[in-house]
Amino acid sequence: MNYTLALPELFLAASGMAMLIYGAFRRGNPTREVGWGVIAVLVVALFITGSQTPGNGALFGGMFIVDGFAVFLKILILAASALAVLMSQSYIEREQMARYEFPLLLLFATLGMLMMVSANDLISLYIGLELQSLALYVVAAFRRDSARSTEAGLKYFVLGALSSGMLLYGSSLIYGFAGTTQFAGIAASLTAESASIGLLVGMVFLVAGLAFKISAVPFHMWTPDVYEGAPTPVTAFLAAAPKLAAIGLFARVLVGPFGDLVAEWRQIVLVISIASMVLGAYAAINQTNIKRLMAYSSIGSVGYALVGLAAGTEEGLRGMLVYMMIYIVINIGTFACILCMRVKGRMVEGIEDLAGLSRTQPLLAAALAVFMFSLAGIPPLAGFFGKLYVFLAAINAQLYVLAVIGVLASVVAAFYYVRIVKVMYFDEPGDAFDRPIGWEMAAIVGVTALAALLFFVLPEPFIGEAAAAAAALFAG
Amino acid sequence: MIVQTLAFYLFAVVAVASGIMVVGARNPVHSVLFLILAFFNSAGLFILLGAELLAMILIIVYVGAVAVLFLFVVMMLDVNFVALREGFARYLPVGALVGAVLLLELLLVLGAWVVAPGALERAGVPIAPAGEVTNAAALGAVLYTKYIYLFQAAGLVLLVAMIGAIVLTLRERTGVRRQSAARQLARRSEDTLDIRDVTTGSGV
Repeated sequence: MNYTLALPELFLAASGMAMLIYGAFRRGNPTREVGWGVIAVLVVALFITGSQTPGNGALFGGMFIVDGFAVFLKILILAASALAVLMSQSYIEREQMARYEFPLLLLFATLGMLMMVSANDLISLYIGLELQSLALYVVAAFRRDSARSTEAGLKYFVLGALSSGMLLYGSSLIYGFAGTTQFAGIAASLTAESASIGLLVGMVFLVAGLAFKISAVPFHMWTPDVYEGAPTPVTAFLAAAPKLAAIGLFARVLVGPFGDLVAEWRQIVLVISIASMVLGAYAAINQTNIKRLMAYSSIGSVGYALVGLAAGTEEGLRGMLVYMMIYIVINIGTFACILCMRVKGRMVEGIEDLAGLSRTQPLLAAALAVFMFSLAGIPPLAGFFGKLYVFLAAINAQLYVLAVIGVLASVVAAFYYVRIVKVMYFDEPGDAFDRPIGWEMAAIVGVTALAALLFFVLPEPFIGEAAAAAAALFAG
Repeated sequence: MIVQTLAFYLFAVVAVASGIMVVGARNPVHSVLFLILAFFNSAGLFILLGAELLAMILIIVYVGAVAVLFLFVVMMLDVNFVALREGFARYLPVGALVGAVLLLELLLVLGAWVVAPGALERAGVPIAPAGEVTNAAALGAVLYTKYIYLFQAAGLVLLVAMIGAIVLTLRERTGVRRQSAARQLARRSEDTLDIRDVTTGSGV
């Protein structure tokens, strides 16, 4: 067995535990050092992952797989997590949350995500998912003196436990049918004719459990409350890497073991995709809290990503990966802007607090405007390409209705994104935000805004990588 | 054979009955005691299956640790269980309806159950017959080889759960008197005791 394939995970786990010991024995408050340590570890793991030559290597008796699809997602997850930890650094010090366990929990959550995208067995899927979720429940409730944060953590925990129960129940039915939990074994024992009702029920339960994790309608109820109540850097983290890991896992489960049942699961993915796009578009219109608005925006985004999966083709999967890649870049940038929304040392979250930002902080306003236009999908910004590739795939798979509904939903959604730009540029300024915003924030906002703005100059390498990842999943 | 059958029915009936009592008992302490009874009877069922290790683990972990912890929680937290159960009668019809529908669906699923060809062979793990190797050895042989990844990953999940519990509950308070063994040991009698000669009749 070639254990170097699991090197990023082993490295993360070992250094996480070492830093835990360091933090426990160090006198004083080691939060800042541990935080930088976590960022360094994530970056090193990113380079280890990047140097791996993915050749469908299965490890640990076939429970853990490293293919092009996994490597692609792992690189994005590690980058998104490192940026989220970087964003949280000064926030947790300002808001009296400076405990060294915070960056470490984010590290362990990231480890869980890497295990999720490498899962090749129902049991390793579940364990990776639990490792990620458990760490996230704790960080959502991290500010325990705030009733909203505690409520967010508890709500997330209870609904997450429910979804895990559904996932396990579905897994047990699948095991009862196939006699194995390995994806390859399930795929081998399964043909479109042999699928029984029991197996389908199991698959539906599994899909429902995973839909909870990606917050697709109708399993989205927890999202707005958790996003609003959790501390802002936690929300930024939640909206990026975990979503990517869960949607990657979703795609791997449906395309891998259930590849032959594409006609069956396509109906389910179609329905949740349309419902997510429509709800994400309409429910966000009346929101006044920007974190809540971003929650509905993320529900809608999952709907668009699932359009690509619903196509069930390699092209569709490529579209989904491109969409998610662009989505997390824009999301991290947007949340970095939200983290800069501070008036007289107090965080504000209302959309009206952004009024007149173009006059008080023109650069920040311009960056946020780029993100909002990009989320709305206005060419030539990056968000447009994300939507373009998923809708193209849907049309090539003859899912015309889905593509039309998607385009209409994104027109509705454009309303509330553009409203934020209007508030920033045309409303009378209120209290100006505190300055300086810090070099980390300035760097993150600047780089992500430039990426969103200039993606159209050189899209080929990224789209090529996504296409290779999609091909690896279909080949495997 | 007849003894085994009788033992099975005894354990099964007591387990189910005590399960119902866990939910139905008015006094929460009684609920926990019935839970312990249910655990013991499930352990008996495991022994009938030849899984003596699982039976022992069930008793040691669930009765010894989990149920005792429940008992502590129930006794220490002043939860008004009668108030919690107030809406029981009101929600009973809806709950019963949902339960009945679920049961019907499950029966339909089980009725049309098909097993993939070759599934039974795949599910069977080849181990030596029961007489030659003990449960613990058989489990250990696969747990630390075939399932080492899951074993270690489950350990990480528990580690995160432990960190989470500490982070969310540990409070650093000022003005707390803590025991310091080093200071206690380093104390000499000269530091604390002051021996004075007191002349009789004059007081201190």
